[in-house]
Amino acid sequence: MRRSALFSWLQAAPLALVLAVFLLVPMAMLVIVSFFDYDSYSLIPDFVLTNYRESFSSAVTWRTFGKTLWFAGLTWVITFGIGFWVAYYLAFVVRGDMPRMVLFVLCTVPFWTSNLIRMIAWVPFLGRNGLMNSALIGMGAINKPLEFLLFSDFAVVLAFVHLYTLFMVVPVFNTMLRIDRRLLEAARDAGAGFWQTLWCVILPLTKPGIGIGSIFVVVLVMGDFATVRLMSGGQSASVGLMISNQIGLMQYPAAAANAVGLLAMVLLLMAAILRAIDIRREL
Amino acid sequence: MPGRLARFLLTGLFALFLLFLYGPTLTIAVLSFQGPDGGLTFPMNGVSLHWFGQLFATQAVGDIGAALKRSLALAAMVTATTVVVSLAAGMAFRRRFPGATVLFYLTLASLIVPSILVSLGIGLLFNLMEWEPAWYSSAYGAQLTWILPFGLLIMFAVFNRFDRAWEEAARDMGATPWQEFVHVVLPIIAPSVVGIALFGFTLSFDEFARTLMTAGNGNTLPLEILGMTTTVTTPVLYALGTASTALSFVVIGCAILGMRGLRPVGRLRPPHGPEAQ
Repeated sequence: MRRSALFSWLQAAPLALVLAVFLLVPMAMLVIVSFFDYDSYSLIPDFVLTNYRESFSSAVTWRTFGKTLWFAGLTWVITFGIGFWVAYYLAFVVRGDMPRMVLFVLCTVPFWTSNLIRMIAWVPFLGRNGLMNSALIGMGAINKPLEFLLFSDFAVVLAFVHLYTLFMVVPVFNTMLRIDRRLLEAARDAGAGFWQTLWCVILPLTKPGIGIGSIFVVVLVMGDFATVRLMSGGQSASVGLMISNQIGLMQYPAAAANAVGLLAMVLLLMAAILRAIDIRREL
Repeated sequence: MPGRLARFLLTGLFALFLLFLYGPTLTIAVLSFQGPDGGLTFPMNGVSLHWFGQLFATQAVGDIGAALKRSLALAAMVTATTVVVSLAAGMAFRRRFPGATVLFYLTLASLIVPSILVSLGIGLLFNLMEWEPAWYSSAYGAQLTWILPFGLLIMFAVFNRFDRAWEEAARDMGATPWQEFVHVVLPIIAPSVVGIALFGFTLSFDEFARTLMTAGNGNTLPLEILGMTTTVTTPVLYALGTASTALSFVVIGCAILGMRGLRPVGRLRPPHGPEAQ
């Protein structure tokens, strides 16, 4: 090995060590434990398929996986719908670097607040006697409080959108900034209108950013348990929540089997996104 | 370029988006000043600091002071590690070395694996090895798997824009590799390094999914909040939220001030050439 290669290797070694100990080994552990047997007190090292069989023969598990996918899909559609236009506004409508940076920073500030706090913050808005219901009753739009606002799938998706739209805005905005403005002028000179420029020039060039944003949003929603628990008030389910409940009951092998299922689903989705969009250009 | 109507609509959308982002947080900031008899929603029942006082009183919900200390110490450890390790790895990735591709994909994988799986995996590892999980060992490692890759990605972005001419100039003038790093590379990238520290600190300070199974007996602040959300039904929750948000802002403010102090001095820049960023 050349000396410089050895030196680079030494520089990268701490990263490799951390990832090996705290990512690779624990993931291997998950797979191993998912084949373990257990009773109410302890794990019993074994090689049984009961955890998988019990979990995936139950309709509840499949419904929960379906629900998680549904949450991820819906949240993705909404965060993309909002995030794309917010990024577009920042990149192409706002004039001047200084106002652009100020507005961008304004978007990122709420990120510094704990996610839990930002979820709780919806309670005085959506509750039975909350601002939303009072306002609607005050306007005469409804005569009794809407019950579906808090502790419902609506609240869960609202919280996801609130928490994760930024993860879509940042990469899309970053890619849009790198688009050569002369391409837009060329499109206009060639007679393209607003939508044609958007569809044929901006959208294709923004794809890598959209890919990265989508990966973040999908992964964050798929692994979530706290948002679903808090915002649905225990009335909805997700795979993450199912796993966290099983952890609470000390059913580690069952939790591990579901975890392996979740991991497989996330990896498949990532493969699909990466297949559709080449993000390497962006890294 | 969008026409006048489109610009108008997009400005409206952006304003709504900001309102959506800030509205709830501002609401609980106001509600945390509820009078002692006030509830979780409007109307305000007087104005007081009662609930902030309650935060530090010993209470049924747990020990917030101790949790805060743990969270701050953990965030400091994670921040320091992230800065050093991602800076070193960022330098390493500027050259080819055996295993670089594998390590790169492993880093990306680390970002993609859902946090609760990392938490469960590390929890199981410690369980089977009969090690005692604690915030400074297992939770520290769990947080690194998410925050280190972020730091490294920022490092990549920094070095992609880094002008190698600076280093060549330093070498031509006889600098050793260490001098080159300390006197040339580090001062130029210092603002980004502070950025990574800031980012790492916040990510760690607010993390709960990865800490869930790995914190052992001592809760961190977010875990304490998570526990409180199901048991506490007074504005003390809002006071906690407002206080922790304020703390984040203080840290950010300090870091931004620090960053201004670290700006590369003017004489480093050539009179006409491109600025190194």
